[in-house]
Amino acid sequence: MADLVFPPAIIMLVGALLIALLGGRWRSLLVLATPLGTLWAIWQLGDGVLQSAPFLGYSLELVEADKVRRLFATIFALMSFAGGLYALRQATWYELSAAYAYAGGAIGVCFAGDLITFFLFWELMALCSTLVIWSAGSDAARRAGLRYAALHLLGGVLLKLGIIGVILHTGSIDLRALTLGSPESWLILLGILINAAAPPLAAWISDAYPEASPSGSVFLSAFTTKAAVLALILMFPGTKLLIVVGLVMIFYGILYALLENDMRRILAYSIVNQVGFMLVGIGIGSEMAINGAAAHAFAHILYKGLLFMTAGAVLMQTGKRRCSDLGGLYQSMPLTTVCAIVGALAISSFPFTSGFISKSMIAQGAADQHLVVVWYLLTAASAGVFLHAGIKFPWFVFFQKDSGMRPAEPAWNMRAAMVLMAIACIVIGCAPGPLYALLPYPVDYVPYTTAHVVTQLQLLLFAGLAFFAMLPWMKRTLTISLDTDWLYRSLLPMLLRVWLRFWKHIDRGIDAALEQLLALWRDMVIAPHRPSGWIAATWTTGAMALGVLLALTLLIWRHLM
Amino acid sequence: MSQPEPARPQQDPHWLQRPANIRRLWWLFAGILLLTVAAEFLVDLHPHFSVDGWPAFHAIFGFVSCVAMVLVARLIGYLLKRREDYYERD
Repeated sequence: MADLVFPPAIIMLVGALLIALLGGRWRSLLVLATPLGTLWAIWQLGDGVLQSAPFLGYSLELVEADKVRRLFATIFALMSFAGGLYALRQATWYELSAAYAYAGGAIGVCFAGDLITFFLFWELMALCSTLVIWSAGSDAARRAGLRYAALHLLGGVLLKLGIIGVILHTGSIDLRALTLGSPESWLILLGILINAAAPPLAAWISDAYPEASPSGSVFLSAFTTKAAVLALILMFPGTKLLIVVGLVMIFYGILYALLENDMRRILAYSIVNQVGFMLVGIGIGSEMAINGAAAHAFAHILYKGLLFMTAGAVLMQTGKRRCSDLGGLYQSMPLTTVCAIVGALAISSFPFTSGFISKSMIAQGAADQHLVVVWYLLTAASAGVFLHAGIKFPWFVFFQKDSGMRPAEPAWNMRAAMVLMAIACIVIGCAPGPLYALLPYPVDYVPYTTAHVVTQLQLLLFAGLAFFAMLPWMKRTLTISLDTDWLYRSLLPMLLRVWLRFWKHIDRGIDAALEQLLALWRDMVIAPHRPSGWIAATWTTGAMALGVLLALTLLIWRHLM
Repeated sequence: MSQPEPARPQQDPHWLQRPANIRRLWWLFAGILLLTVAAEFLVDLHPHFSVDGWPAFHAIFGFVSCVAMVLVARLIGYLLKRREDYYERD
């Protein structure tokens, strides 16, 4: 059975290559067919190591499958399809090709059975996602992409050092659960956490994602952070530190999103917030919590992709990205508005949307383990999600004041993709059974109890009341918010400038000293050897005779003594 | 794709923008809020801990924590907010 396995990532990568080579209808066909072919291949995979290859004396496990790996690969393939449909008519061929190679990297990570394969696909993701950002073509995208690449290469270096450490210490390249304690496991954790957008290195996500093209940001929102979530599930389940990191991410995302004015940057911050929920689940580590983290990743990719699609549609049709420039768009873009509201309700875990049946499992996991403080914080954060993404995004983009703009709905393929995603959010929310069946552990959880629905509605609706009650305090300002990226965007260049100025002084000093040395050399060594120098001068006979006399006297005197 | 709309004559505002309707929506919203709290007394809540079983806990907790988050955001905003061109200017 092991000899007839299609590595799903390879299908995606070949598709990406062909998309770059072919044009016209063939490209459109490939954009839609490649993810579906990949999905088919994913579901042909049984459990265990299915394909291996020798490499430098190691046996690479190119394809290793189990339930959670298949789950993540499935949603990556589905998201590629929806993203491809959304991008079909307006994205450039190089953006599509890069995005599909990026998806191929993510799917490769899903099925990587060893650390070397894992690392290779991981870096492929970093490379191709940078290309996706650059595909937007603007100067801002070029610079943000460079910063993004630098940070992810740094994460890659940490990861690689950790992997080398593991191989040196255990002699095995097997990808398995690690315990924190050795330096190499810390390095691997750090490398993964950079991709998960954990503060203090989270700024890349709000820096780079909003600079991508409308379709580029849809792809970007799906893969990098969620591949990191899968890596954490595989390598660090039950690592308590992740609970703390996750909670920090949750509140970081809420607070920064509340301050933000750029609609896609609000969504980028809320990715950090949502991935925080997943990290808390992984940190708790019980079957319920891990199931919750995996389910939440699945649900999240769909509604976050949907939200980025609606934001992209608005950007395409209006050319505006700031909340303060938008508003009142529901009048001419009703379909986009409805889709955005569905996505917003799903991210807020409203009953009968996908977020409700996934996020609540994480909170249940916390309650089961009697993590009282964690549970209260998660509950407060759930209200906060409705605040910063659930209401803020649709309200400021589609409602609030009338901006006077009456843009048309986007092209049919973008509408189709949005409707598809919105339907998925609602169907999963109403019938969670099929998703629960895909989760890594057997699900013993009933999301729809009257008590749960009632308490969740209370929580969210009163959060909504708080939003409208405090609306004057939420007034958008034309600002950005400082983050740790200030260190490398502002402080580092400043230090460099100071150093260069300082260096100029030293440089001048050295130049002067060299000048003097040279002068000395000229006067003492070169000048005497010149034709006019004293060494080359002709001596008088008398002086010669005196010299010889002195030499002879010295000789005789030496001889006599 | 999007063409600039021709200047349209002054029309009636969209029904969502009429003040009377906005007032009605507020009443509707208040009604729903009350309903969610009232519904709590009809179902068995089976709380996880102690405090979350108090009457209207989720309503109060949701409201208060959101107000707190908005205030904290405002506070750190004073510290962290910069002009949009902060990184562009030399």
